[in-house]
Amino acid sequence: MLEELTEKLERTLKKITGQGKLTEANISDTLREIRRVLLDADVNYKVAKQFIDDVKEKALGKEVLLSVTPGQLVTKIIYDELVKLLGSNNAELTLNPSGLTVIMLIGLQGCGKTTFSAKLAKYLKNKKRNVLLVAGDVYRPAAVNQLKILGSQIDVPVFSIEGSKEPVTIASEAISFAKEKGLNTVIIDTAGRLHIDEEMMNEAVAIKDKVNPTETLFVVDSMTGQDAVNSAKAFHDKVDFDGIVVTKLDGDSRGGCVLSIRSVVDRPVKFTSLGEKLDSIEIFYPDRLASRILGKGDVVSLVEKAQEHVDEKEAEELEKKLLANKFDFEDFLKQIKMIKKMGSLSSLLSMIPGVGSAVKNADIDDRQLVRVEAIIHSMTKEERANPKILNGSRRKRIARGSGTSIQDVNRLIKQFEEMQKMIKMLNTKSGKTNMLNIAKKANFNNMKFN
Amino acid sequence: MKLFNNFNFDRLKNSLTKTRDNILTKINETLSGKVKIDEVTLEQLEETLISSDIGASVSEAIIEKARKLLVNEKDRSVDNIKELIKNELLSILRMGLQQKDKEEFSFSNKPYVILIIGINGSGKTTSIGKLAHNFKKSGNNVIIASADTFRAAANDQLQIWADRVGVPIVKVNTKDPSAVVYEALSIAKKDNYDVVLIDTAGRLHTQKNLMVELNKIKNVIKKFDDGAPNETLLVLDGNSGQNALQQVKEFEKYTDITGLIITKLDGTTKGGVVFQIVTDKKIPVKYIGVGENVEDLQDFEPSQYVEAIFNT
Repeated sequence: MLEELTEKLERTLKKITGQGKLTEANISDTLREIRRVLLDADVNYKVAKQFIDDVKEKALGKEVLLSVTPGQLVTKIIYDELVKLLGSNNAELTLNPSGLTVIMLIGLQGCGKTTFSAKLAKYLKNKKRNVLLVAGDVYRPAAVNQLKILGSQIDVPVFSIEGSKEPVTIASEAISFAKEKGLNTVIIDTAGRLHIDEEMMNEAVAIKDKVNPTETLFVVDSMTGQDAVNSAKAFHDKVDFDGIVVTKLDGDSRGGCVLSIRSVVDRPVKFTSLGEKLDSIEIFYPDRLASRILGKGDVVSLVEKAQEHVDEKEAEELEKKLLANKFDFEDFLKQIKMIKKMGSLSSLLSMIPGVGSAVKNADIDDRQLVRVEAIIHSMTKEERANPKILNGSRRKRIARGSGTSIQDVNRLIKQFEEMQKMIKMLNTKSGKTNMLNIAKKANFNNMKFN
Repeated sequence: MKLFNNFNFDRLKNSLTKTRDNILTKINETLSGKVKIDEVTLEQLEETLISSDIGASVSEAIIEKARKLLVNEKDRSVDNIKELIKNELLSILRMGLQQKDKEEFSFSNKPYVILIIGINGSGKTTSIGKLAHNFKKSGNNVIIASADTFRAAANDQLQIWADRVGVPIVKVNTKDPSAVVYEALSIAKKDNYDVVLIDTAGRLHTQKNLMVELNKIKNVIKKFDDGAPNETLLVLDGNSGQNALQQVKEFEKYTDITGLIITKLDGTTKGGVVFQIVTDKKIPVKYIGVGENVEDLQDFEPSQYVEAIFNT
């Protein structure tokens, strides 16, 4: 979709080509287009307006170099400005090296505090911290139980006081408990509250005053609309916080509310949270969100995700095989396993530029991968290594064995042959193949199995 | 003796000024051959609309329509421009209502099955508690099916609501929501319940597997009664922005949404994305959630809602 934006901008900027300079008159259509993109991404009206004014100021009088088109130039200015506004560097969580670290989570109802508190606990536990979760939401039915269950899933103790309706007391007793047990990190989950509910806001302040947190984090749903500025500002003015957590980024919202919040509250985004699995937590990269707001894919995330889960040795071996044109079904199976480790296919695909919008319409079923796996599992070792021997009766047997149809098997083999051809082409083209490129191409191929 | 004890000179002056301005404007327009329209007001109103999450394209279209109507309008005061826009918003909401809201709840075919769906944290469970309360209060036998087999302690949360309202709840120790639905419908049929409320797990509309699961739940319900579920209500967080439209589009692929519940409207958010949903999808808003108590679910009143958008 970056292409889409650039293309739109190119269209509006066409008339300036050859004029040499960006002027008020020749970029007004373009700026309108940008405004539209921002508003559709849920950036607040006023924030979008201010942003456009800033971009205009930066762009006016700029020489259009011969090497870039005006569209590229404006895209670059917008992107840079967005990254700057979202926070130019990623902010780390403050942890006391010695003594107690207390982290308190606040936010509206349903933004994902409880789930995030468990994710954060797991993240910090992996960093060798001794974590205590505190069930401070005494209002929502069963919130305490929910946290207890999550705590047991990640093997982190959960502090609660049965029947207590006093979150301030719970928080302060939890601190004493942590000290007594020698735990060095306390994460306090609090009830969701509305920013105009004075009583509840005062309660949050009271908890904060009592426990004096090292970090107070404001949790916000990435799907939030225009009102994000009001709630964030109220939480900031009344309770104050040190950082922001953006949740539910595994959906397809563009997350423009983060830009809105950053413009009314000078606090960094510290984490993003993307899914119900307790390890789907990431530190925040402004450049990635900038791309997302503009509808541009998140290539960097994809590459990093691949790096995280791709076994170096296996990758090297695969590369050798690819170079020798010896890529077989066995390798294909390994690839599928790797892709599965990286997350759901649709979330991976949505990170590839240009695919974002296509994926929305294409029906991508992660179970397709399971089916492909089943088909390959039903092949003999010999068949996997040498797919050429797969004749009609073998195919029939494989279909029966994997619970699929002959058509499914045929399709897979055809796709596989195409993939082999592509690899051959790549090899002759560049002489050297980049593992990640292949991984990416493989993704596209899997998409066709539907 | 004062003859005009309620005479308000300022008001008269104001209206006279307005009249004079109008006359002047008319003369100006006649002289210049152009219609003068209060662009500042239109821009302010556009801000009001967009800030309510109505969305850029719908807001622009409404303003554009108002601009056209104003050409033939004698009264071009700020109040009247507002009035034009309010009417336009109302007609959008009413259009959606006419399409699908013709039949009221009818319990000729017992039980009346209501399936509640939505993304995580939108307020499904709370809405169910409130719905159960409303149905019970109007004299119906209500039973709740706890088909959120995914979220930690979802059963407990719903149990507490059921106890609060005083209605039975069906829980089955399983990972399969369809099994819970099957069990609940069997009981409802056997014991002659009027209303079955089915709570489902929150699912992001981008998670295909979970959406397919929803389809399966629907099919299990259909096995009991081909006309059921009588209602499928999608719960939308009033705080959500343009993504809500995407949610409706995706959920619609797997279920037949008959109405919306917009939650959390007791804050400062307006939930204006419903205008786009009603325009594009012709799905009516049925209820709004305005708090955490059992009483805090209200019927959706288009005119009140439109007024609220302009009250800042």
